[in-house]
Amino acid sequence: MESPSKTYQPTSTPFDVDAIRRDFPILERKVLGKPLVYLDNAATTQKPSAVIQSITDYYTQINSNVHRGVHHLSEEATNAYEGAREKVRQFLNAGSVEEIIFTKGTTGGINLVASAWGRKHLKAGDEVLVSGMEHHSNIVPWQMICSEKGAHLKVIPINQQGELDMDQYTSLLNERTRLVALVHISNALGSINPVRRMIEMAHRKDIPVLIDGAQAAPHLAIDVRDLDCDFYAFSGHKMYGPTGIGGLFVKKAWLEKMDPYQGGGEMIKSVTFEKTVYHDLPHRFEAGTPNIAGAIGLGAAIDYLRAIGYDSILAYESDLQAYASEKIGSIPGVRLIGTAHDKAGVVSFVVEQVHPLDLGTMLNAAGIAIRTGHHCAQPVMDFYRIPGTARASLGIYNTRAEIDHLAETTRETIKLLS
Amino acid sequence: MNSTKVAENSIQAAQDSIIEDFELLEDWTEKYKYIIELGQVSPGLPEALKTPDIKIKGCQSNVWLHTELKDGKIVFSGDSDAMITKGLINLLINVLSDREPREILEGDLYFIDRIGMKQHLSPTRANGLASMIKQMKIYALAYKTKLENAN
Repeated sequence: MESPSKTYQPTSTPFDVDAIRRDFPILERKVLGKPLVYLDNAATTQKPSAVIQSITDYYTQINSNVHRGVHHLSEEATNAYEGAREKVRQFLNAGSVEEIIFTKGTTGGINLVASAWGRKHLKAGDEVLVSGMEHHSNIVPWQMICSEKGAHLKVIPINQQGELDMDQYTSLLNERTRLVALVHISNALGSINPVRRMIEMAHRKDIPVLIDGAQAAPHLAIDVRDLDCDFYAFSGHKMYGPTGIGGLFVKKAWLEKMDPYQGGGEMIKSVTFEKTVYHDLPHRFEAGTPNIAGAIGLGAAIDYLRAIGYDSILAYESDLQAYASEKIGSIPGVRLIGTAHDKAGVVSFVVEQVHPLDLGTMLNAAGIAIRTGHHCAQPVMDFYRIPGTARASLGIYNTRAEIDHLAETTRETIKLLS
Repeated sequence: MNSTKVAENSIQAAQDSIIEDFELLEDWTEKYKYIIELGQVSPGLPEALKTPDIKIKGCQSNVWLHTELKDGKIVFSGDSDAMITKGLINLLINVLSDREPREILEGDLYFIDRIGMKQHLSPTRANGLASMIKQMKIYALAYKTKLENAN
């Protein structure tokens, strides 16, 4: 039997997009009789064979519960699961595996911090600072804990380009600010926020910072030690891994100042009816049987991306991003939403006189998958006074030819509807 | 209806004619182009009639459905800010408008399934279409009751 912790390599050599496409079986399928053009990567990415195979291998070879039995399978499963944690540690360049908590995804990670950290450290009158371009999952958990504690949510405004107003940020950081919760890359606009600088500014006032890295993980190399962030949450499924698994980095110093927020198996050392002693870090934050297959799949996705290399990915995607912005932005009647200087992965736009639903439907009929709507970022749509946008979001397997197809179909649809 | 032959001007005949039209359309791009055309030729509703009380809930776009009773028959007219939705309303109006309430209530709408629309629409959009049909039937029931009470 092959070792369960084997490293999955892409069958391609970097950066050959045709070879990369062959790693993703779903890209061979047709939708509605047309070849699939998948441009909804910010919602979720497709999975390479290496990830799919790792999950199959787990269930066909070593399926067993972790951290429990002395039997051989349980040991193999535990090694594979903890091996995946080590891969996440390397992926984020965290100092220790103790700082890596497996979660259901970014939302799960943020909720964990809001509960386990927020419940202990927030009090009435405190402020939690978020930005005007947050996904609902980095707004609602803070609203919930703020309302419980009598704390207040404050918002860093954005400008027309979709960049954060840094002057406002400076003045919003005050003695009441207890936490900054900030998105690394906006899912609705694609703006890359200057998080490193913003973390440094917050730290000068001893304010910890949480980064929502859901959209950054597939596009940028992340280094939590270089960023010096206190919390970093990301999702597996947006970076070519499985759904239902994600990672949360918590700086060691904070881990020890957080109480577990869910009780159950896996997270305890001993239980009597009088007293429970919690397990060591990070297990005390992972109550219940974890998503073992998901963690292993995430590990395989990390191997896959690291083998291609983030430098190559960034170079390829930046070029495609610029090409797509130019192609879509130059269509008469199209207005790009989000024109930040630093952008990744997303081309969001509105078309005068064309309802996003009509555009989405016509693109779908042509085999093109994009997302239309508010992208779970309603405050962003309110800021631009629009109900929603059409959003094409890019991944490593997208090509210029696909962008051409999108642009052409968009042009035809506009012609048809005006 | 005594004969098994499809009566002219019946709900069945109207649906069969739509099914025939759609059979000529090769793919979904063509089908939607046709639906867009139906939306574009539809008169829609004057702005003054697009009030919140005639808006249909459960649609991804704004949809308004207006009704009036003429010689014991319900005349539907509708509008939407999305052209494909407007075309779909027009299809429903072609089938159900200008009929007696009883006929609308008893009408079996099979054309949506037969033109492939039922399988094709995403669940949210299919729900929107279902909401439109439901609303048309609710109006029919209301008018039927009103007419019966008047007699």
